[in-house]
Amino acid sequence: MIFAGIDIGSLTSKCVIIDENKILAYEISRVTPKIEDVAEMVYRNALMKANLSEKDVKVVIATGYGRNKVKFAKDRVTEITCHALGAKYLIPTTRTVIDIGGQDSKVIAVSNNVESFVMNDKCAAGTGRFLEVMASALGVEVSELGELDKKAEKSVSISSTCTVFAESEVISYLASGEKVENIVAGVHNAIASRIAAMAKRVGVKPDVVLTGGVAKNSGVKRALEKELGLEIKVPEEPQIIGALGAALIAKVRYADSRGKSEG
Amino acid sequence: MLKKLRSNERMRQLMAGYYMMGHSARNVAWVTSGAPVEILYAMDIYPAYPENHAALIGAAKLGPNYSEYAEKIGFSRDLCSYARCDIGCVLAQSSPIGGLPKPTFLFACNNICNTVVKWYEVLSRIFKVPLFVLDTPFVRKDVKESYIIYVRDQLVEFMDFLEKLTGEKLDDGKLQKTLMMALAGVKAYKNVLLTARNKPSPLTCFDAFINMAPIVCLRGTEYPISFYSEMKSELDERIKNGVAAVDDERIRLLWDNIPIWYQLRWLGEFFASRKACVVADTYTNAWSWMIVKDKSDILGSIAETYIYIYLNVGLERMAEAINDLIDVYDVDGVVIHSNRSCKPYSFGQYELQKMISVPSVVIEADMVDSRAFSQAQIETRLEAFLEMLT
Repeated sequence: MIFAGIDIGSLTSKCVIIDENKILAYEISRVTPKIEDVAEMVYRNALMKANLSEKDVKVVIATGYGRNKVKFAKDRVTEITCHALGAKYLIPTTRTVIDIGGQDSKVIAVSNNVESFVMNDKCAAGTGRFLEVMASALGVEVSELGELDKKAEKSVSISSTCTVFAESEVISYLASGEKVENIVAGVHNAIASRIAAMAKRVGVKPDVVLTGGVAKNSGVKRALEKELGLEIKVPEEPQIIGALGAALIAKVRYADSRGKSEG
Repeated sequence: MLKKLRSNERMRQLMAGYYMMGHSARNVAWVTSGAPVEILYAMDIYPAYPENHAALIGAAKLGPNYSEYAEKIGFSRDLCSYARCDIGCVLAQSSPIGGLPKPTFLFACNNICNTVVKWYEVLSRIFKVPLFVLDTPFVRKDVKESYIIYVRDQLVEFMDFLEKLTGEKLDDGKLQKTLMMALAGVKAYKNVLLTARNKPSPLTCFDAFINMAPIVCLRGTEYPISFYSEMKSELDERIKNGVAAVDDERIRLLWDNIPIWYQLRWLGEFFASRKACVVADTYTNAWSWMIVKDKSDILGSIAETYIYIYLNVGLERMAEAINDLIDVYDVDGVVIHSNRSCKPYSFGQYELQKMISVPSVVIEADMVDSRAFSQAQIETRLEAFLEMLT
């Protein structure tokens, strides 16, 4: 039996197709303003990769900021619940999930379900967008940030937690001839201290799992590990954890509905 | 989808009458929401409430419009949006109800915040009328006798101030009668709020917010007594007929802080469609009791009541008050509004989360300034919270 989870974030859309035991396929694509079309497309492409068609799928669950625009989904669940379930599925020892997404970040305490959670405040600092703005100011790609971080000799201090002010700090470091690598390390430390403050509010228990697109950046992982003083685990494809959680919920919902009709 | 109370319409008529009264009043005082209005009613002085007026502007979704009048002449966007709206209306010389009647004098009590002191000083300069500030000491643990003496002395001073200003004598008998009416009004109001103990609740906090103006503005007159008694009958009728405010009520919640006036309907529908009922709140409950230990000690009772206000007490006391409400209304979780405008109300909320007995979620917004509201962000936080509770 086949189930699907679709995660429409602010920057990317993700779809995961599962059967009862494993992940069959997934797809990640950029979000455009036509969210309904994006949802359709990412769903079809994922199905194609799995050699399946829409009629094979028993239940679809949507999550993420665009979840209400996924008309063909049976139900909508927030990314908080989905990330918790997705991370727990891949790493059963997960107690804390840190998800850094495009427009928000969250820290979730997990037991069997969500115990509590904290999300970033209205400000963009501590989100994927923060890194995009900084990368653009530095004239590098977001995907290069991890490698640049490794080459840093030291870390500059970015004192402002505000994205706009931090950007102008980055620009003045560049103007004073500071090495890009060292500024990148500073940017990662700034985001990590922001996230760590949030994490401490929920209480950090190992294992800590980092999810979301930003988890692909090894520099953020490095900075967060230093800030929290413990090792952080990153799933093989951290960007699909929300969609995976949605697919897992689809599976449970299907079982529940069967239970009801049979009982 | 939301079930409207018949009381809403009667409240509108009552408040329309209250606003009309202001235009024919001989003496008008602009007062803060936590000021002892009983003394004014006992002297036939009309109290106008800039805070209530600003809430009304917020509900009409005109907050940013009037705030900008104040911002244009240099008031910071970090200043309370009630203050910005009020000053903005004065500068614009308009409002949805045509502005408040011009004040004869101003009366600010700092038991709700210290912003009111500076705000009313600004008004005093604009209107060139006298300002009386009633200073209530902050209560960290318990109200001390010295606090009561200090405030009582100021009340005596205030009466002299009023007698000199109006040329009339304050009648002690009338003051006592007014205080007893305030007490009866507060009791009638409390009985309305307590109907939400029923499962399912016949009342949501949004109904309570919409209908709170009479207890704030008309406290000490006979109007709140009859209005809330009738409202109580309507709610009892709902209970008798098995009518719930939210169909199929599954989750019961408590709201903390001032309402988000421009999103009452959206929030009401949001919770109702998810079978969650916000049965009570810390805001309306602040007007649901008075401390009258000795009915002959009028000034002592007024002093103690107005010192021991929810926003004038330490965090431990606030947590106790919230935990009491959690027990009385048997709620599953607390929705905490971190209100950009109201610093004394929002300060310490993350500490409070640890001190209260049920799970809670913080949402960031502002009571009147809709520019500080992000619907998608709030929706996700609230939905995740409800998922966590189910």
